[in-house]
Amino acid sequence: MKTDDLIRAMAADTDSRSMPMDTAWRLAGVLAFILAGAVFLVTLGPRPDALASLETARFVFKFVVTLALVASAFALVRALARPGGGAGPLLAWLAVPPLLLVGAVALELFAVPASEWMTRLVGVNSQVCLTFIPLIGAAPLAVFLLALRHGAPTRPRLSGAVAGLVAGGLAAAFYAAHCPDDSPLFVATWYSLAIAGLAAVGALAAPLVARW
Amino acid sequence: MNGKNERELADLLRAAIAGDERSYALFLDRAAALVRAYVRRKISHGGVDPEDVVQEVLLAIHLKRHTWMPDAAVMPWVYAIARFKLIDAFRRRGRRVEIDLDEIAETYAQPESETVSDRDVGRALDTLAPGQRSVVAAISVEGRSIEETARKFGMNEAAVRVALHRGLAAIARRFGRD
Repeated sequence: MKTDDLIRAMAADTDSRSMPMDTAWRLAGVLAFILAGAVFLVTLGPRPDALASLETARFVFKFVVTLALVASAFALVRALARPGGGAGPLLAWLAVPPLLLVGAVALELFAVPASEWMTRLVGVNSQVCLTFIPLIGAAPLAVFLLALRHGAPTRPRLSGAVAGLVAGGLAAAFYAAHCPDDSPLFVATWYSLAIAGLAAVGALAAPLVARW
Repeated sequence: MNGKNERELADLLRAAIAGDERSYALFLDRAAALVRAYVRRKISHGGVDPEDVVQEVLLAIHLKRHTWMPDAAVMPWVYAIARFKLIDAFRRRGRRVEIDLDEIAETYAQPESETVSDRDVGRALDTLAPGQRSVVAAISVEGRSIEETARKFGMNEAAVRVALHRGLAAIARRFGRD
């Protein structure tokens, strides 16, 4: 088939419309939030003193850091889904959540005697954390991978990993409302591990799912 | 000059997305020229046919045109797609070379059946379901309009449009697997 013939066929197909990427991501975001929230409420639910705990800095910080991850990773994955989407400058924002964590851990090390460090790091809930963050984040990750499939990621592996970070951040934000361990030492260790797991799954799945 | 080219291309693509078929054909024509120059620059020796890559890039542009933001630059978007598809073509070609080596024995055993090499898109067209294939061929190779094609096959125009779109999508998908 000659290229001119192909162009003729595509021009005749002008009327076929696909959902704009902005709409697709907005839809994916809402859907991911609902799915993560539903799984969280059915399996865990917030801890009894969740509302009262909003007055303590450590509890609030868990939401600050996880939602910072959601925001920075979501902006990045949206750019990665578009060819020439200018993802480069957005990559730097991904450093914000780790820097927040480092700051919080430093403060915690000052505030708490060294004999307590290990206890706080290990916490009481690490197994639940490693189980439920991936569980809550699985459906959001699937939704974000479908959004990537609708797009055209030229770096599928990176895109999938970042999609995993969004899903992981979202799941961790919900999970934070349940978990009794509020120390930044716990968050930096176990939350990071669980979120990294989702990022790895995303990186493996995206080249297959979002092939174009 | 580049700025003017960019503006004109963006105007054409915007008009195309709003539904103007003529603008879209013009846009694809100019995008094809850009991509052709780019691909020829990158393919210095044989192995990959530049025009095959051009056609594959055009299909990707067509099926993924919703990933272009109307307020963004067009050329970086086109080149990013071209680069991605070129790398993909090299990767697939590498795989095919290995397969070809394995099949040398068979080549000796059988007489050559085909001497005319068709483009990849043409080969992909042959693998479509018969209904889709005849619609795509009527519009592309024979140059018929949607209305003429509908009359020829006794279909309604909506069905022709659906078959055309699905046919193009199926051709694009075929590139990924071989």
